Amino acid sequence: MSVVQAVVQNSPPLLEMRGISKSFPGVQALDSVDVALFPGTVTALIGENGAGKSTLVKILTGIYQHDSGAIIIDGAPVHFTSAEAAIRSGITAIHQETVLFDELSVAENIFLGHAPRNRLGLVNWSAMNARAAALLTSIDAPISPYMRLKDLSIAQRHLVAIARALSVEARVVIMDEPTAALSYKEVEDLFRIIERLKRQGKAILFISHKFEEVYQIAERFVVLRDGRSIGAGLLAKTGQDEIVRMMVGRSVDHVFPKLDVAIGNTVLKVSGYSHPTEFDNISFELRRGEILGLYGLVGAGRSEFCQSLFGITRPSAGSLELEGRSVEIRSPADAIGAGIVYVPEERGRHGAVLQMPIFQNFTMATLGRTTRAGFLREAEEFALARRYAERLDLRAAALSVPVGTLSGGNQQKVVIGKWLATRPKVIILDEPTKGIDIGSKAAVHAFMSELAGEGLSVIMVSSELPEILGMSDRVLVMREGRMAGIWNREGLDAETLVRAATGNQ
Amino acid sequence: MSTLTAEKQPLRHIPDKLSTPVRRLLGSWETLLAAVAIAIFTANSLASPHFLDPWNLSDATYNFTEKAMIAFAMTLLIVSGEIDLSVAAIIALASTAMGAAAQAGFQTPALVGIGLSVGLLCGAFNGLLVAHIGLPSIVVTIGTMSLFRGIAQIVLGDQAYGGYPSSFAWFGQGYMSDFSWWPIIPGLEVVTFEIVAFLVFALLFGILLHRTIFGRWIYAIGNNAFAAQFSGIPVQRTKFILFLLTGVMSGVAAVCLTSRLGSTRHTIAAGWELEVITMAVLGGVSILGGSGSIPGVVLAAIVMGLVTFGLGLLNVPGIVMSIFIGLLLILVIALPMVVRRIRSRSAT
Amino acid sequence: MSRILKYRELLLVAIILVLIAAFSARAPGFASPKSLANIFNDTSILIILALGQMAVILTKSIDLSVAANLSFTGMAVAMLNSAYPEVPLPLLIAAALGIGAGLGAINGFMVWRIGIPAIVATLGTLTIYRGMAFVLSGGAWVNQTQMTPAFLNTPRLPVLGLPLLGWTALLVIAIIATVFTRTVFGRSLYAAGGNPTAALYAGVDVGRAKFFAFMLSGALAGLCGYLWVSRYAVAYVDIAAGFELDTVAACVIGGISTLGGIGSVGGAVLGALFLGVIKNALPVINVSPFWQMAISGLVIIIAVLFNARQERRKGRLILRDAAKSRPVRMETPVEGAAA
Ligand SMILES: Nc1ncnc2c1ncn2[C@@H]1O[C@H](COP(=O)(O)OP(=O)(O)O)[C@@H](O)[C@H]1O
Ligand SMILES: [Mg+2]
Repeated sequence: MSVVQAVVQNSPPLLEMRGISKSFPGVQALDSVDVALFPGTVTALIGENGAGKSTLVKILTGIYQHDSGAIIIDGAPVHFTSAEAAIRSGITAIHQETVLFDELSVAENIFLGHAPRNRLGLVNWSAMNARAAALLTSIDAPISPYMRLKDLSIAQRHLVAIARALSVEARVVIMDEPTAALSYKEVEDLFRIIERLKRQGKAILFISHKFEEVYQIAERFVVLRDGRSIGAGLLAKTGQDEIVRMMVGRSVDHVFPKLDVAIGNTVLKVSGYSHPTEFDNISFELRRGEILGLYGLVGAGRSEFCQSLFGITRPSAGSLELEGRSVEIRSPADAIGAGIVYVPEERGRHGAVLQMPIFQNFTMATLGRTTRAGFLREAEEFALARRYAERLDLRAAALSVPVGTLSGGNQQKVVIGKWLATRPKVIILDEPTKGIDIGSKAAVHAFMSELAGEGLSVIMVSSELPEILGMSDRVLVMREGRMAGIWNREGLDAETLVRAATGNQ
Repeated sequence: MSTLTAEKQPLRHIPDKLSTPVRRLLGSWETLLAAVAIAIFTANSLASPHFLDPWNLSDATYNFTEKAMIAFAMTLLIVSGEIDLSVAAIIALASTAMGAAAQAGFQTPALVGIGLSVGLLCGAFNGLLVAHIGLPSIVVTIGTMSLFRGIAQIVLGDQAYGGYPSSFAWFGQGYMSDFSWWPIIPGLEVVTFEIVAFLVFALLFGILLHRTIFGRWIYAIGNNAFAAQFSGIPVQRTKFILFLLTGVMSGVAAVCLTSRLGSTRHTIAAGWELEVITMAVLGGVSILGGSGSIPGVVLAAIVMGLVTFGLGLLNVPGIVMSIFIGLLLILVIALPMVVRRIRSRSAT
Repeated sequence: MSRILKYRELLLVAIILVLIAAFSARAPGFASPKSLANIFNDTSILIILALGQMAVILTKSIDLSVAANLSFTGMAVAMLNSAYPEVPLPLLIAAALGIGAGLGAINGFMVWRIGIPAIVATLGTLTIYRGMAFVLSGGAWVNQTQMTPAFLNTPRLPVLGLPLLGWTALLVIAIIATVFTRTVFGRSLYAAGGNPTAALYAGVDVGRAKFFAFMLSGALAGLCGYLWVSRYAVAYVDIAAGFELDTVAACVIGGISTLGGIGSVGGAVLGALFLGVIKNALPVINVSPFWQMAISGLVIIIAVLFNARQERRKGRLILRDAAKSRPVRMETPVEGAAA
């Protein structure tokens, strides 16, 4: 440890980002950000969802080009025009989303783009398979290099992604939330790998939400908030409270307003819901005015389960009772008819039709109400859209502009508004505040309480512990597709939930 | 902290629309097409003294009316994100079926019924494979394109069917003035059945796409089929119906074309799928799905008809004309893309 | 590369063998080595074109202009040969490859740099290239008598019982197989079509991969232009009309996924051979050649259905034992199989 400390203080940075800015249409994702990485040191990059961490990673790995600022390696400025250029400069990354090839073998997934070649310049498959097997063994991943990726589980894919990042001779290793989908034991394995990389003198950028992890593995930190670097320094000299303050910019207890709501009778009863590969034997009851938190690691099967409640996929076993009557849901139309609606996690892909006008998105699930004999009546569509736009305090230039021109938070309001217009009994919100700014986040939370207060039953999927703890009346934890338990709000602490979600008994 | 209910400031007003209807109309693709149509019309009438003759003009409409009727249905299909390359093959099969029926002594109403039914069945077959089994429409309809025309080829070999009843000729050759109720106004006597069918179908498909729930579903599916599904829209059923419609319209075109030609060979309507798609794309339909309008396709049909007619008056051979059609197709798709790229480059 | 693909190839081999056996029961000479060599030779052009098409389909695109390219290039080299009989054959073949590659590059450029969907771009060039063949020739034919013997006869020269045309196909198969499985370009085709986002992250330029795929497809189409004209000893505008569909059919039958990123050279070759065997068998068993089009249409549809069953995404495999119980043979033996 003292050796590391010495390194931290004496050596110049291996890589420096100075004044990096990057904007997307309508979003300033990064605004003059400074980050320095030192050899043999783990630097933690901390920030809320949407703070710009992944964007920073993508700039460092040549996937995005920054608008202004400089990247300096060993004192010399570099400019990456492609992912390949970044790899050649010795930068490798495990990206947040596993970007791999389903149809290719594990070995090729690890070595694509830098496969070992023979004297003729041809890909040397046997060397590639052998090296892949060695790499996988070195990270304790019992996966055959010959398997096709699509036959692997989510956790196994993460291990392949880690092996891929380690397959190049890199001096800088970036890990973007690598632990989000890993169980307790796998996280321990990962930390052992990080320690080894540290000893080899690599500079590591480690991104995570989880403070215990950060304090356990990292020496330095940089905090990002709304695309700006707010603070940086040594973790040993900085308390957790201070970092939280930097992250959020205000004290945390204001973010999650949970109103007290009278809990009524059982509305929804789920018994033994199962699917051949995604989830197994999920049972619970949901009452009027209740918010049920659904917690788990990324990829624990929460979204898959919710989508089957909504009729997207069919369960292989199990039954559903709504207000005491048994219902069978075979399609989203069935679910909507029964009063169950679902606000999906991927807003742009599943939630809103970004290219279509706001008012048409609002009325999409209730076209029967704004039409006569199948013919559209625009005036009524606008009236319905206006009602929910005002109720949700939507910020938009006009109701006829495409939803894609709105900010993430306002897009979310359109999706929620679309469902409220159907007058549902149960609303399922899948990561409702993912990727939206703090202001809108508070508004969404307030609104959820308000809905519960009006007698709606809410299922909220979230991977953020404070959100789960702050909002839920009860919390159901899923681990690898199975129920790990269900807890009441009283006396519930974060540790219990994390234990249940990661399987660390 | 502020909750929504606690907010005291007055609600901000969001207008319905930003621009006026006139503004939007002036900036639209349809306006541009109309201008192009007028320009070509003027150029043609200057280039050839025969162009402005009403009977000639009426004849010229055959260049596009049959294809346009398929193009209307194809527009809906492309807006929904699918495509049907088998339409010309459906014509061949429907025409062959009608030919065989005519040989067997069936009369005109039965022939029309057979033509439309074959179109419907072919469309249902495509729809089944694409919408219900979930196969990619490009490959499926490449397959059915071979299959449908192949069946026509098996039946016909290098022979031809003829001998249609004389009343059958009316669909492709008749004038509305054959009806006693058609008003006797000078000029209107040149209006053919096909022109009227073209206008009626334009109106029907226009209403279907732009004024009904079904039309809204088509746009939603074409822009984001997932979000449409997640909103409770019956994606599969909608697509199936669109394939049915495209099949039936191909059957309608088969009736008109067979009636006009008076005979059926297995090469009938060869290459039409390309012209139909070109017509839709020229009309402003995005080949990637999600946008397009029937008025645009009507104008595009007229533009293409005028171009072919004009080139025909100049004695340009058909295969050279197809070069123009191919170039036109690529240019109308490429130009907006290139312009957008240059604009966004100069903006940054 | 993967067991399922090999399984598909074995299945195709079995089907082809059964077909040959069945046909030779009706027509005894059908399975003789000479007849089989003849079938292979006759299918050579389709095989070569299918391999070019496969490169394009791997990148999630489609090239509908191959037959038109073939027609234009064939016409161009035939006219060159008849106008300048002294130009040596290798130069003409190089010209065919070059012209074809040029036309393919035009497609590739439109897809890569302008962003036109491949199907639209090549539907357009399909008519344009064939129209250009008409403009070039004025609609006239180039007949046997106008071409030099070397130009006409070289591909027909038998070596070890197989004409050079067939050997050309074998050579192209060998080269393409090496390129696809063992070069960076070849693997980038699989990456670009299999998962464009992941390809970007891995430093693969997806657009460039598409461009070169189209260029390869064009070059092979150009080569086939020469081969076709010499084989049938005539060049006219309509040669190989509709043949682009046969190339797509061969790929689809061979298990090349039109969604990109899946398929093997062996599959494409076997798909082409399947069509070749049927085409050659029809006259032998007294079925009119007019049946061929419908049969290939039907076979395309069956093949797409079959492919879709294999390609079906299996979801995310969240349940651990679900991932383990997949019917995938691991190197290690399964323990406790009795349980
Ligand atoms: N490709 C993109 N296009 C538009 N906006 C983007 C894109 N990628 C990220 N953003 C936006 O940039 C901001 C930062 O996102 P990101 O870097 O993913 O945050 P983090 O990883 O910290 O959660 C967010 O507001 C996000 O919506
Ligand atoms: Mg991120």
